[in-house]
Amino acid sequence: MNRFWGFVVKEFLHIFRDYRTLLILFGMPAVQLILFGYVVTNEIKDARIAILDQSKDETTRKITEKITSSGYFRLDRNLHTYSEIEEAFKEGDIKLVIVFESNFTRKLERERQAHVQLIGDASDPNTANILVNYATGILNNYLRTRNAEAIPLQILPETRMMYNKELKGVFMFVPGLMAMLLMLISALMTSISITKEKELGTMELLLASPLRPMQIVVGKVFPYVFLAFINACIIILLGNIVFGVPVRGSVTLLLFENFLFISMALSLGVLISCLTNSQQLAMMISLVALMLPTILLSGFIFPVENMPKVLQWLCHIMPPMYFITIIKSIMLKGNGLFYIWKETLILVGFTLFFILLSVKKFKIRLA
Amino acid sequence: MAISVDVRNLSKNYGEVEALKDLTFSVSKGELFGFIGPDGAGKTTLFRILTTLLLADSGTASVEDLDVVKAYKQIRRIIGYMPGRFSLYQDLSVEENLRFFATIFGTTIEENYDLVKEIYSQIEPFKTRKAGKLSGGMKQKLALSCALIHKPVVLFLDEPTTGVDAVSRQEFWEMLQRLKSQGITIIVSTPYMDEATLCDRVALIQNGRIMQISRPAEVVSTFPLGLFSVSSADVYRLLHDLQKLPKEHSVFAFGQVVHLSYREDELTRDDVIDFLKEKGHEEVTVEEIKPNIEDCFMELMQKE
Amino acid sequence: MKKGSTDIIIVKDLVKKFGNFVANDHLSFEVKRGEIFGFLGANGAGKTTAIRILCGLSLPTSGDLSVAGYDVYSQREKIKQNIGYMSQKFSLYDDLTVFENIRFYAAIYGLSKKEIVQRADVLMKKLQLEEARNKLIRDIPLGWKQKLALSVAIIHDPKIVFLDEPTGGVDPITRRQFWEMIYEAARNGITVFVTTHYMDEAEYCDRLSIMVEGRIAALNTPLALREEYQAKNMNEVFLKLARAQTEEVA
Repeated sequence: MNRFWGFVVKEFLHIFRDYRTLLILFGMPAVQLILFGYVVTNEIKDARIAILDQSKDETTRKITEKITSSGYFRLDRNLHTYSEIEEAFKEGDIKLVIVFESNFTRKLERERQAHVQLIGDASDPNTANILVNYATGILNNYLRTRNAEAIPLQILPETRMMYNKELKGVFMFVPGLMAMLLMLISALMTSISITKEKELGTMELLLASPLRPMQIVVGKVFPYVFLAFINACIIILLGNIVFGVPVRGSVTLLLFENFLFISMALSLGVLISCLTNSQQLAMMISLVALMLPTILLSGFIFPVENMPKVLQWLCHIMPPMYFITIIKSIMLKGNGLFYIWKETLILVGFTLFFILLSVKKFKIRLA
Repeated sequence: MAISVDVRNLSKNYGEVEALKDLTFSVSKGELFGFIGPDGAGKTTLFRILTTLLLADSGTASVEDLDVVKAYKQIRRIIGYMPGRFSLYQDLSVEENLRFFATIFGTTIEENYDLVKEIYSQIEPFKTRKAGKLSGGMKQKLALSCALIHKPVVLFLDEPTTGVDAVSRQEFWEMLQRLKSQGITIIVSTPYMDEATLCDRVALIQNGRIMQISRPAEVVSTFPLGLFSVSSADVYRLLHDLQKLPKEHSVFAFGQVVHLSYREDELTRDDVIDFLKEKGHEEVTVEEIKPNIEDCFMELMQKE
Repeated sequence: MKKGSTDIIIVKDLVKKFGNFVANDHLSFEVKRGEIFGFLGANGAGKTTAIRILCGLSLPTSGDLSVAGYDVYSQREKIKQNIGYMSQKFSLYDDLTVFENIRFYAAIYGLSKKEIVQRADVLMKKLQLEEARNKLIRDIPLGWKQKLALSVAIIHDPKIVFLDEPTGGVDPITRRQFWEMIYEAARNGITVFVTTHYMDEAEYCDRLSIMVEGRIAALNTPLALREEYQAKNMNEVFLKLARAQTEEVA
């Protein structure tokens, strides 16, 4: 067995001996995916609403019926006076109140307009927004069918959500989750495993041996390439089987991009461990400096386009954003390298930059 | 005799702290050389410089004619190193640890089994046990086996016996004697003064300075003062009273007796007995004795 | 207080098992008030287990034990208030200053603010640490640190102080100053229970017990032990005892 492989075998032994960490590493993708897929979702189903119908005529009944049969809303109660509205919100489960003014049908027919008030519970602004939009959509829809003959000329915008027809949140989360987990395993685990040797004092022995520094680093990193890669595959498979997230583009390209991102994260992990001497510090740096941006500044949860300019700039110097763009492009749009070569090149650049910096910072001695 | 390790005017500072001050010494091939001194004397710093893990601020050092700075790669091939704290992989078994260290030096356990056989055979019955679960003495034997498995020319052992019980310590020194007989140069450090006599030569080191280098017997024979071993019924009071002796001297407790060193022209046995009788001590005995390494070390410390 | 005949630690048939492993096998001994009691033994002989039980940190499997007049089964909190503990591995916080360490330990034993300041001043004066008052512990020499650690361990005037290898790695002169402090504490009526790997140090103790494989193989004054085993120092006594045991097992 040559030196390098001997080293790699030792690393694998460490990893397999620590079965708790191993369990977390491999259990995490499944748990996270299910969490994100089911719990953290933008979709609304059966939101409870209340209706204050001051007309109780044919039109309001029809609209009410449309709204309650849409699947988005469930009528929780009927209100009778304005004063009950606040009460209904305070009790907590009512997310939206719809108020029809009195003489609704008559006004609509005679004055050609009638008022509907949509009152959302903006203590959760996202949900409120979505609910109001849905309700507005249903109202417009109703008007359109009703007016179909009356006004012959009108623009009827028809929206279609490309690539993710049902607007499934999990489609968004799979690429983000991949970025997050690969970052975690690669950067966090390598930086911890290297600083651990420093803390234990075994780094002293390794340095005093004929192993070259490069062999030590690559040997430490090697097993995690595997682990991260397996994890990436698990996420793709789970996403596909459980949530039906497609892989429309080339699988080879997808795996290659994953490999690239893993290398980038690993070299970042090595860099962190070159700059720190304790596991604790390495962990803090990895979590704060890597995980948070991966989650917040990558387009994973919050769209980059909606951020203030400064944060957008920050996003552009974070590798995860490019990775997520690439993955979405391959998985959901089915694009080839032609469309993502820029992002790929940027990732290659990051990787080389971190490797060079680590090599420069790696100490062949203790101090 | 050919020189194995050569150190000239070596100094090293950590910020304000002077860890090593202008050390010069050399160790011959096949010698068992000991650095005797307390924690913080600079032993670990010196060992790290010699094992190419640290750079000195000034001065030169070479191991087997290889410069520790320029030829660090070659040195790392030929030395065995056992750092001060137990640094093996606790989650790996005894055998896995040994195998790992054999591999990174490009050899196998089988190839050099003869060299470690005597030591390793003692822990071999436990070879599947995790290193973290071994007792102190066994950890130490494993660490030594790992440091030896690649047949090093020079062996650096930094405080190998610290925190280890007296039995394991004795066994450890017996192992070192046998390794020495196989021609390996051994440089060892220890805070236990009594271990000095087991070395061929020792350097007494304190505050980054070598106070004396010589054979243990010479250290003792060059003790410049006379030495009495004094005892009485109450050792605590004896110690305090002896400090008040009106002559230049120093007094140190040695268990149930007190060692009193003195300028030979200034004090006699009778002086001491009379003085103590006067102070009301009972069962007084005063004996002229030969100093041990610890007496010498303390004498040198006081001179510094 | 002079050394009295009152037993401050009474251990009868102490047994501690971990699964099938018997760490302490029917230990019985007494320690007198104001005595310096040496507790020796090879690594893994069961010293640490016994000390933990005596300090109220773990329960024995069986046996009758009383420490400072309190029962180790039912009055462990009382025991903890009446003992001090110091070990070489951990004693003071490296990232706190000399004074902060003193204040911390005095405070956890419930000394009042006034008492803390008073005792801290006396203590620092005695150890000539006044100038180092606001220095971080990691910046002061090991010898000072160990002496300070001992002083802090007895700052609340405990009845017993447990010292677990207190002088490891300390230079010989400081080691002796340290032992002088131990003597002084004993003179003031504090019982000292000490473990060490320095066999020459064992000779400072009033009485010694030597543990081998979970049992007390010998217990007597250093002088009596040396005579009994016809040895010129404690190291030989220890080796004879430990070796005899290993051969028996083998």
